[in-house]
Amino acid sequence: MTPQALFFMRMRGILRKEVLQILRDPSSIALAIVLPLVLLFFFGYGVTLDAENVPVAVVLDDNSLSAREVAARFELSPYFNTIHLTSMAEAMEWLNRKHVDGIVHLQDDFSTGMYKGNPAPVQMIINGIDANRARLIQGYARGVLQKWTELRQVRGEPAADPPVKISQRVWFNEAAVSRNFLVPGLITLIMTLIGILLTALVVAREWERGTMEAILVTPIRRVDLLLGKVLPYFILGMLGMGLSVMVGVTLFHVPFRGSVPVLFFLSALFMLASLGFGLLISAAIRVQFVAAQISIVAGFLPALFLSGLIFDLESTPRFIQIVSHVVPARYFVDISHTLFMAGNIWPVLLPDALALAGMAVLFIGLAFRKITKRLEG
Amino acid sequence: MDTVHRIIALMLKEFVMILKDPKSRFIVIGPPLIQFFVFGYAATYDLKNVRYAVFDASRTPESRQLLARLEGSENFELTKTLLSEKEIAYMIDREKARLVVHIGSEFSRNLHNGRPAILQVIVDGRNSNVALIALGYIGKIVEQYNQDLVKNGVTGMDGPGLVLVDRAWFNANLQSRWFIVSGLGGLISMVVVMILTSLSVAREREFGTFDQLLVAPFRTGEILIGKSLPGMFFGIMDALLFAAGAVYWFGVPFRGTIPTLVLALGCFIITIVGIGLLVSSLSMTMQQALLGSFVFMMPSVILSGFATPIENMPRWLQIGTLFNPLRHIITALRNIFLEGSDIGMIWSQLWPLMLMACFTLPLAGWMFRHRSQ
Repeated sequence: MTPQALFFMRMRGILRKEVLQILRDPSSIALAIVLPLVLLFFFGYGVTLDAENVPVAVVLDDNSLSAREVAARFELSPYFNTIHLTSMAEAMEWLNRKHVDGIVHLQDDFSTGMYKGNPAPVQMIINGIDANRARLIQGYARGVLQKWTELRQVRGEPAADPPVKISQRVWFNEAAVSRNFLVPGLITLIMTLIGILLTALVVAREWERGTMEAILVTPIRRVDLLLGKVLPYFILGMLGMGLSVMVGVTLFHVPFRGSVPVLFFLSALFMLASLGFGLLISAAIRVQFVAAQISIVAGFLPALFLSGLIFDLESTPRFIQIVSHVVPARYFVDISHTLFMAGNIWPVLLPDALALAGMAVLFIGLAFRKITKRLEG
Repeated sequence: MDTVHRIIALMLKEFVMILKDPKSRFIVIGPPLIQFFVFGYAATYDLKNVRYAVFDASRTPESRQLLARLEGSENFELTKTLLSEKEIAYMIDREKARLVVHIGSEFSRNLHNGRPAILQVIVDGRNSNVALIALGYIGKIVEQYNQDLVKNGVTGMDGPGLVLVDRAWFNANLQSRWFIVSGLGGLISMVVVMILTSLSVAREREFGTFDQLLVAPFRTGEILIGKSLPGMFFGIMDALLFAAGAVYWFGVPFRGTIPTLVLALGCFIITIVGIGLLVSSLSMTMQQALLGSFVFMMPSVILSGFATPIENMPRWLQIGTLFNPLRHIITALRNIFLEGSDIGMIWSQLWPLMLMACFTLPLAGWMFRHRSQ
């Protein structure tokens, strides 16, 4: 028999074993295919940074027509849910009790001061505990005031434009919908975990159950063992990935502007890096209990915090940015943001792809070295 | 008395199992602490050094004055001055800059003729939150510039106008770190406890030592308590360490009282231990236990209000998050740290936690008995 024929024979054997093992404990199929879909469904609905119907109290100390006109703009805005209160003291009480997130206050000299050549102040007090939300609410309030000016101008009433006006264009995401960047990020987070979890225990399990000894006495070589451990889970992982992307695009209407083959190729690199990482943990630790812990500690939380999925990496201190370079999810979050929203921009994709390929080779290579054919570790 | 002895014996066994293996000894203390510090720095919504490029076609003192204000802000960092409009797309597409400020050639002429002078801002929307926040910063800078123009008589106002005067309560400088770090401890201690408890019974099952436990003179309740105590111990210890870290390292104010904090954390950790043991008693292998704890942890982290506000979720999902213990502890921690809430003020978070604590442990015990027969 030729060496190739022998290789295929060995591969067929070990693949058959792994596939049987997966089929008999369907938890890994559930993990790879059902779980991503369920999680993505809830996360896609639940995770958004865009506020709507923010409850605000409106206090008009000045009951003139122009004051009521400004209040009406807040009432009609989809971003705000207004409640009219009569005194500031009452409004403060509401803010303290968190019945409202902010107070819009027009003082009693509002309309008299309005025509004196200075812009009239619209006071806004916000609960600043959630700073990001507070900033977004301030932004919405500025938009409401701008709308007031535009509307008056359309109706031919006097309204001063500010001397310098900002005309803003948000590229790739005109309406600045946060779901468009969060959903690709969540797909990355989910698939990182699945990749790591699928393989984190598969080698350690053989050691702990003593079945590794049985494998060691067969003519299977290290390469065969490694391939047998990677291939089935790779296919499972890619299936989960494909389904997640489909759900993201069809259910949550996330745009996809790149090309599918590019996405497929880059996800394959990412999946290999994640599987490789899991396999490395498994081969190096040999104890399932600890391997499981490490996969959570080193897989789940960094993929959430250090990937740029929610928190912007560029604003973090230098050492955090350096640490983030060892997290595979970081590169794939960047890739998926670009592929989904911007398109095949190779100068962005290529360095990320190289990093992922490097990690895949490194992790799988190290795992290969750790899978020894000796009983002593 | 015998019961206490037996529980102590079992508890000691559990502690030894965690502490005898150097790898697992390290894992309950080292990584959680490291993570708390790394993530405390990483998790922020405040933008610093947003890289931007400038294309100034006007090249007048007015445009330069405005640009100088941008350059002076610590939120922004100038990466390149562009010479043609074509470069804008190049900079944004390739992530060389996250926003480009474009001033047209008519800028100062319009300014002096009383027509609105346009400042065009092109932002990379790939992260829409960064885009909106950065636009907000620029809006404030331009607003200030406008007010100075009017004050200095450069331009007048040909009609009424409005200006937003905003103030933020409880957090005047709108720092997001306090908000994130105060809840972070709850999140990480949940992960530690979940790992410890969810694998503990599954491991005994897989090793076959579970049968030995069952034939030993222990009652199921005693086994359960013995198994849950180490998780509670490490969970509460970690959570209190994180609280101290938040205050002494990250400078988060602590306006509440320590008994309130301990009570809230205690209820939370008991709940999580219960869920961990429940997962553990349901799984036959460690693989399944690991999977089970993930099925619980991922949604509870993502849908806890830790990173994205619960108020933004659709109604049906907001109701669903009421069953998420992490949601309650994170809200409670934020209220205790930042607003100085006492037990009465966080009661609406506390009673669901207590209810869950009373429910999950007995349920785990029932499951435990049920599955071991």
